[in-house]
Amino acid sequence: MEDTVLLEVIERYLTGDMSAEERAHFEQLRKNTPEVDQMVVEHKLFLHQMEMYAEHSTLRNSLHAAHNRLVEAGTINESGVTETKGKVVQFWNRYKKVTAIAASIAGLTAITISALFSYYSPANNLQIQKLNRDIKNLTEKQRAQGDKINEVENKIPKGTTIKSGGSAFLIDGKGYLVTNAHVLKGSRTVVVNNNGQQFTAIIALTDPQKDLAILKISDKDFKPYSSLPYSIKKSGLDLGEEVFTLGYPRNDIVYNMGYLAARSGFEGDTSSYQISLSANPGNSGGPLFNKNGEVVGIVSTRQAQAEGVVFAIKAKGIYQAVDELKKSDSTTQKLKLPTNNSLKGMERRDQLAKLEDYVFLVSSY
Amino acid sequence: MKSDTNEQLLLKGLANNETRAIDTIYKENFGMVQALILNNNGTYDDARDIFQEAMIALYEKAKSESFVLTCQIKTYVYSICRRLWLKRLQQMGRYGIIANGLEETIAVEEDLDIHEKRNAEFAIMERALNSLGEPCKGILESYYLQKKDMNEIATAFGYTNADNAKNQKYKCLVRLKKLFFAQYNIGE
Repeated sequence: MEDTVLLEVIERYLTGDMSAEERAHFEQLRKNTPEVDQMVVEHKLFLHQMEMYAEHSTLRNSLHAAHNRLVEAGTINESGVTETKGKVVQFWNRYKKVTAIAASIAGLTAITISALFSYYSPANNLQIQKLNRDIKNLTEKQRAQGDKINEVENKIPKGTTIKSGGSAFLIDGKGYLVTNAHVLKGSRTVVVNNNGQQFTAIIALTDPQKDLAILKISDKDFKPYSSLPYSIKKSGLDLGEEVFTLGYPRNDIVYNMGYLAARSGFEGDTSSYQISLSANPGNSGGPLFNKNGEVVGIVSTRQAQAEGVVFAIKAKGIYQAVDELKKSDSTTQKLKLPTNNSLKGMERRDQLAKLEDYVFLVSSY
Repeated sequence: MKSDTNEQLLLKGLANNETRAIDTIYKENFGMVQALILNNNGTYDDARDIFQEAMIALYEKAKSESFVLTCQIKTYVYSICRRLWLKRLQQMGRYGIIANGLEETIAVEEDLDIHEKRNAEFAIMERALNSLGEPCKGILESYYLQKKDMNEIATAFGYTNADNAKNQKYKCLVRLKKLFFAQYNIGE
């Protein structure tokens, strides 16, 4: 029998594609011919192999298909181009739960801690709130007081607005005051003493370069002082020397104390000092005293970005300003800067009690 | 049997080559294997190869009559992949030290041996088929792999009738068997 014919017969036999009669006949043949029998066994094995191979290939195809499908759906990340992104996403996916748990634990802890804090420190919070309210009350009171003053004896004409304000102090009992030029943004000024009394003043001199100005009280209500308790010091200060100031950052006179921090001012300006004390808008033009109560400078500016860095113009500048004024105005020839200091060796409160009468609030309109 | 009914269903689906089962197993396990391979000097392609190899091993396991899976699919797949990748690393002449993470592993050497033997047989079959040349290869693949009807094959390959195609098929089969057994018996 030819190979192919035999093979066909065997395959029909194995796949059960034979009639009963033919089958019986073939089985007889198997028994009688060992070669045929062997071929049947061999072909059975081979068909099994083929079958397995077929399954295997199909599975491989399905796996490839599944892989491509999942990559397309974004369930699986791969490809070298988006490697970093893929890794991040992979990481995120892997640690999503952990992150969520960690975040909630952190959140809970934070809440617990803040709850504990607020529970154990109720006193603190209340104090802070109280302080706040006090400040509010204070400002309200101040406003009320301000209104009252305005009603009674306002020398600022109605319908004008105050453009700027600051502090000033007497350099001559006849009514000459020194302040900063930048305090006087308007053309006319009113000065107020610490009792709330207002006096109109004229601007006798402004020197924007030195940032100095001299005012002259022109009010008939003003009673001249025969002498001033402080002198104006020409010579310089030593580093670390104690200084203090009086000024009007509020409607009330405010005292502040500090020390000389540097012999030069902003960006190495030799006409001013750097001092360390707390100063606020409104302190401009206020006097700077040394511990003996002598005027050593005029508080003028502070550095915006830094805390407690304040600059004061050296008192020498006052002499120069007065000289200038005398040159330009013959009526001021009698202006005489104080040279006697009566505050040395006194306690600070006593010094302040004497000094506060000579420091004025300036409003320019 | 420890694995729950859900996993049983998945394995049954895999044995029957069901798309949904394959997708599910794929989705649930591929990321883990990819991380393993990528973290140990492998590429994305390596990850795919190794994972699919493991899927085939799982398929064989699910198909066998004495099928017992004593652990989760995840553990089984991970163990197979780990073993396979270690072997691959060794073949590449690299020292394969896979940091042992928290993942549970089981002994899979025996299964892998069977799997590899099967793969070797399939390789012989593939080689034999490839050396047959056309149209023998095409005809045999259409009949035995894609299970096409003889009439269909006759039309596709341009035979005048099914009988002629069948005749040709048996001629090819004789050649294929010769080629296959020449290798297969050596391999035994």
